[in-house]
Amino acid sequence: MGVQNRVALVTGSGSGLGETTVMMLAQNGAKVVVNDVDQAKVDKVVKKIKSAGGEALGVAADISKKDQVQDLVQKIVKQFGTVDILVNNAGIARDKGLLKITEEDWDIVLDVNLKGPFLLSQTVVPYMKERKFGRIVNISSRAYLGWPTQANYASSKGGLVSFSRTLALELAKHQITVNCIAPGLIQTPLYDALPDNIKENLMKSQPTKTIGKPEDIGYGVLFFADDEADYVTGQTIFICGGKSVLSSLSV
Amino acid sequence: MQIKGRVALITGSASGMGRGTAEIMAQHGVKTVINDVNQGMVDEVVKGIKEAGGEVMGVVADITKKAEVEAMFKQVVNTYGRIDILVNNAGIFRDKAFLKMTEEDWDKVLEVDLKGVFLCSQEAVKYMREQGYGRIVNISSRAWLGGPGQANYSAAKAGVVALTRTLALELGKRGITVNCIPPGLIETPMWHSLPEEGKERLLKAQPMGRIGSPRDIARTVMFFASDEAGYINGQTLYVCGGKSLFANIG
Ligand SMILES: NC(=O)c1ccc[n+]([C@@H]2O[C@H](COP(=O)([O-])OP(=O)(O)OC[C@H]3O[C@@H](n4cnc5c(N)ncnc54)[C@H](O)[C@@H]3O)[C@@H](O)[C@H]2O)c1
Ligand SMILES: NC(=O)c1ccc[n+]([C@@H]2O[C@H](COP(=O)([O-])OP(=O)(O)OC[C@H]3O[C@@H](n4cnc5c(N)ncnc54)[C@H](O)[C@@H]3O)[C@@H](O)[C@H]2O)c1
Repeated sequence: MGVQNRVALVTGSGSGLGETTVMMLAQNGAKVVVNDVDQAKVDKVVKKIKSAGGEALGVAADISKKDQVQDLVQKIVKQFGTVDILVNNAGIARDKGLLKITEEDWDIVLDVNLKGPFLLSQTVVPYMKERKFGRIVNISSRAYLGWPTQANYASSKGGLVSFSRTLALELAKHQITVNCIAPGLIQTPLYDALPDNIKENLMKSQPTKTIGKPEDIGYGVLFFADDEADYVTGQTIFICGGKSVLSSLSV
Repeated sequence: MQIKGRVALITGSASGMGRGTAEIMAQHGVKTVINDVNQGMVDEVVKGIKEAGGEVMGVVADITKKAEVEAMFKQVVNTYGRIDILVNNAGIFRDKAFLKMTEEDWDKVLEVDLKGVFLCSQEAVKYMREQGYGRIVNISSRAWLGGPGQANYSAAKAGVVALTRTLALELGKRGITVNCIPPGLIETPMWHSLPEEGKERLLKAQPMGRIGSPRDIARTVMFFASDEAGYINGQTLYVCGGKSLFANIG
């Protein structure tokens, strides 16, 4: 039932949506793995989970590097035996107009946001196949529908949707599901730091006139990661207050 | 999941996945309203839920008749004081090759599968607006992407997706969310009535090699219907074992 006793890895869970998600998984009885590039962030979140009575392992690793991903998964397998739930959450943005995007801006965003989930999925799927159980949840973004100054970011997040759909079809026979969450506007430190007039405009364009919270994304992850979510695969759900509806692509 | 104590009306819930959804919601402490066209079937489901300790009432009403829909919601609000969740589940099909499809086949399917959703939603929203809270979950079908022999059914179910999206935009600011579930193949009485070779052919086309159960729909309905789902709006989430991926807009 639920995610009880499942081993769940959330990448980039040293901050933001990942941090909230990994804590919600732990609260629901999963054995969680906190990963981030930043060791200090990892330690902070692991400590929080443990002091709340949860079971957590922290591993600092750059998920865009194959050897570090392999090492990360080895450490998890050594401690917990397998990976049941993989949440590909780590992500970065380098927003710029097309002509200003450097090759480095392009590469780093694609490496973290798209190649990272590829490397991780490839490394954990053999364990999932063996155990005939797996839940992969990829955190894309509503921006995959297209957004000015996000040529690199939107491409990486669009790629993640296509990647999820293809993997879902390949793995359907192995009781492994692959789904995608595309968050819209979520209240994170980045949002709080915006000037008030910009915040007001953003809020006005929301059908709900509200802004999401990291818990809204955690709630979606828990839905897809659940033992009982075994007939839902290849899907992309926007958690965006309905803003996606204004785009023609979002069904 | 916070859903306990909410009042939910599920249309067409005397059978199939509507029934499964109502039963599972009742197990989670939801005050459930069973609606269908047949009194005997409604009574049976109500009895089962009561025996299992759930809180439930039954209302016989044809969701294509405005007066019956109005009376139904009045009865629910008189009894439970409010209406938090509406699951537009009742649906029928009349599959036929396009040239064999009569005008009556067209009208009947569009009336139940689409106009019924409109009538029930309009009536429910009158109360939900006052409450500043509501959750509407519409059961479409993967067939809205198109399916041979289903000109009427697929058009009606596509209408349900479009209605969902429009209502989501109109009602979002009032604390009401509107979402949609297109099921794929689900084990219901309809499935069991198919000939063996038909079943086999359908199974072969499933990415998972199997079909889903009413429970799969029920838990997705509850995902959208819970208190925590307030930022999820206007979405269409297939519960179909990945089959929607073979259509280019799924
Ligand atoms: N916040 C939003 O409004 C929003 C909206 C849509 C999508 N998203 C997506 O949600 C995810 C989380 O976003 P957030 O707002 O919580 O961001 P965040 O910056 O707060 O957290 C992301 C974490 O990932 C880590 N990270 C970066 N590169 C890494 C790497 N190579 N290996 C391991 N860890 C790495 C960072 O150190 C950081 O702790 C991202 O994929 C983001 O694109 C966020
Ligand atoms: N079973 C599947 O595989 C499947 C797949 C995709 C979509 N769906 C959709 O899911 C919904 C439920 O399907 P099911 O298989 O459980 O069907 P079902 O036939 O078992 O149940 C539908 C119920 O709706 C009731 N109903 C019909 N017309 C009505 C009316 N005018 N007013 C009130 N009630 C009425 C029927 O009496 C019946 O009890 C339908 O909307 C259907 O189109 C089903």
